[in-house]
Amino acid sequence: MLDAIAKGTAAPDESVDLQAEFEASNIDEVMDKLDRELVGLKPIKTRIREIAALLLVDRLRRKFGLTSGAPTLHMNFTGNPGTGKTTVALRMAEILHRLGYVREGHMVAVTRDDLVGQYVGHTAPKTREVIKRAMGGVLFIDEAYYLYKPENERDYGQESIEILLQCMENNRDDLVVILAGYKNKMDRFFDSNPGMRSRIAHHLDFPDYGVSELKSIAEIMLGEQNYRLSEAAAKALEEYLPIRMRLPHFSNARSVRNGLDRARLRQANRLFASRNRVLTKTDLITIEESDIRGSRVFAEGKLEGEPETKAR
Amino acid sequence: MMTNPGNKVTQGQFSFLPDLTDEQISAQIKYALKNHWAVSVEYTDDPHPRNTYWEMYGNPMFDLKDPAGILLEVNNCRNALPNMYVRVTAFDSTKGWEAPRMSFIVNRPPNEPGFRLLRQERDGRSQGYSIVPYATDRPEGERS
Ligand SMILES: Nc1ncnc2c1ncn2[C@@H]1O[C@H](COP(=O)(O)OP(=O)(O)OP(=O)(O)O)[C@@H](O)[C@H]1O
Ligand SMILES: [Mg+2]
Repeated sequence: MLDAIAKGTAAPDESVDLQAEFEASNIDEVMDKLDRELVGLKPIKTRIREIAALLLVDRLRRKFGLTSGAPTLHMNFTGNPGTGKTTVALRMAEILHRLGYVREGHMVAVTRDDLVGQYVGHTAPKTREVIKRAMGGVLFIDEAYYLYKPENERDYGQESIEILLQCMENNRDDLVVILAGYKNKMDRFFDSNPGMRSRIAHHLDFPDYGVSELKSIAEIMLGEQNYRLSEAAAKALEEYLPIRMRLPHFSNARSVRNGLDRARLRQANRLFASRNRVLTKTDLITIEESDIRGSRVFAEGKLEGEPETKAR
Repeated sequence: MMTNPGNKVTQGQFSFLPDLTDEQISAQIKYALKNHWAVSVEYTDDPHPRNTYWEMYGNPMFDLKDPAGILLEVNNCRNALPNMYVRVTAFDSTKGWEAPRMSFIVNRPPNEPGFRLLRQERDGRSQGYSIVPYATDRPEGERS
């Protein structure tokens, strides 16, 4: 069999198989969903496609007895708040499951507190517990750099890192580890933990969203919740977003979600104030211009100086 | 004892079969996890059939999705205690059950000496019987 492939005689079969394998994995459907539900993120989506292709080809190669060892898929997601790191990690678990790379496809999301203990001998069992729960799926470690506290020599975080390193090497077939955090802090973390850097195959940087992307995200979010913007409200949102982006504590898609939540609140208030009239379904689903313009962001954005209240 | 050559202790599931492979153990654990039973690893050096409560190796494992984590502990326990009996137990906490639903041996000492039969003369020429594992001849802590 191997001979036949080496001579290239199996080439026609191979192309047929890839198509079949592709269809069997249903990966197209997941990719389409990813494209539809997540706005922008071009580089991320491209990388996910590449990983999917790699895994499919790998599966075919295994059918022909060509071994190359399962590829390492530990990843590092960097980006500013609200750029979709957690959301993509969840999708990644599903995609890797469909491609047969992980057996169950669940995601266990943790931070330092879930991994690191309070006293001697507490950390190792705690970290192992988490690893065991994540086996068969994805272990997502948010703000991973807090595991490493260089200012404290006795910090138990180091112990946790060492156990993680060991399992990332020895249990590659059992789980995928995804680290996430802000870019510069993550870079510093890897500088002091070269072992961790060398075990991570994919570094994905999540870009900030532009105004038009944020607007599309807003539309998707509203659609999911059965709301829609009136024409004037859509215009107001277009003005709102650039102002919000300049204010402190801006966190990309999350700020959009929070802004919309408050717009819904104002909409409900407005409807409640006019409760003597009969409401239609259209009334209930429409966000009007005033619901957007009522935001403090407009007032605060106009003051050129730094507003001292948190625009949350 | 020709009915049980090698004096293999038979208790729990599968104990009349050849030892389970890691793959077979994983398949059994997978079944337990599918039923939401809490799986734990236990060990003892006293194979007496009435020795119900074995020592627990680590904590019972809840919320696991995949058998790999448990197999990891099985192998840790085997490596740490190669001369002990090790078993995997799956506990069902559903009201009304609240009992182990599965239990099977995954490690045995290399040499299983079996049981001594004790005969006791009783009143009226009656005879009492009991068994004692040779494995417990020496005091606890001095058995290898
Ligand atoms: N590209 C996108 N399209 C649609 N919705 C998005 C997109 N990116 C993020 N969101 C939404 O924004 C919210 C925040 O995203 P998420 O929690 O994934 O960000 P994060 O990068 O993990 O942030 P943090 O660093 O603060 O943890 C979620 O509700 C998510 O659904
Ligand atoms: Mg997050």
